Amino acid sequence: MKNTKSAFIGVVILFAVWVMLTDFSPQEMIFGGATALLIVFLFHSRLSVLGDVKLNPKSLVYMVMYLFVFAWELLKSNIDVARRVISPRLPINPGIVKVKTRLKSPIGRAFLANSITLTPGTLTVEMKDEYFYIHWIDVTSDNIEGATESIVSNFEKYLEIIFG
Amino acid sequence: MELIGSIVTLTGSIVLFLGALGIFRMPDVYNRMQAGTKATTLGTILFLIGISLGHAECGCFGKIAILIVFVLATNPVSSNALARAAHTAGIKLTERSVKDDLKTDKEMGEAK
Repeated sequence: MKNTKSAFIGVVILFAVWVMLTDFSPQEMIFGGATALLIVFLFHSRLSVLGDVKLNPKSLVYMVMYLFVFAWELLKSNIDVARRVISPRLPINPGIVKVKTRLKSPIGRAFLANSITLTPGTLTVEMKDEYFYIHWIDVTSDNIEGATESIVSNFEKYLEIIFG
Repeated sequence: MELIGSIVTLTGSIVLFLGALGIFRMPDVYNRMQAGTKATTLGTILFLIGISLGHAECGCFGKIAILIVFVLATNPVSSNALARAAHTAGIKLTERSVKDDLKTDKEMGEAK
């Protein structure tokens, strides 16, 4: 079941990329669909990581919400970094902190690490099991719990529902 | 439409410029990477959106969307790999840094 689901998601992603790259003529669609099926058939053992994505209405809604949250955070992070760069005193207070994630699936953790890198003042340096080591441009919290609360929690509540 | 596209593209290039300034001003490799990653991501995205708006007749929204997805997926990964490699190679954080949990944990791991 899990294999079928990951294969299905793989085909959908490949086909969507193909359709966006080409025009909408039936010939292209048939060829793209056939190629997507062939690729997924050949590499289905490597695609099992996609099986962790949950496909239910709630998770789809959260995916869309996550996109907006993410775009907003990206914008905020740029304003934040720009402000630090422009101000003459260079107001930074950097350090590497350790945070803990509740996410279990590898793909969920990968998404979380990437999201952290693109949000205000944080950069994932290293992942070890459930702990992330994060370079934080303005350290405001000293312990794992406080840092987790202010860096990870915002994304985690969405990713937990999408990926589990 | 062309005007909106040009404005968005200009905003993107300003963001890219601020990123370059950040790389120049920040004190160590990790802080530079912070400025580099975020600014290049948003700058490139705005630039691409501006182009697709300014040249709406080419109908390349799909291709631009794919480009944006790939930039979003690969940019943080590469900066993560660079930061990790820098830390493994023992490049020190700037003296203004407050703490380094990763270094402490690594040393504790060796002590065991």
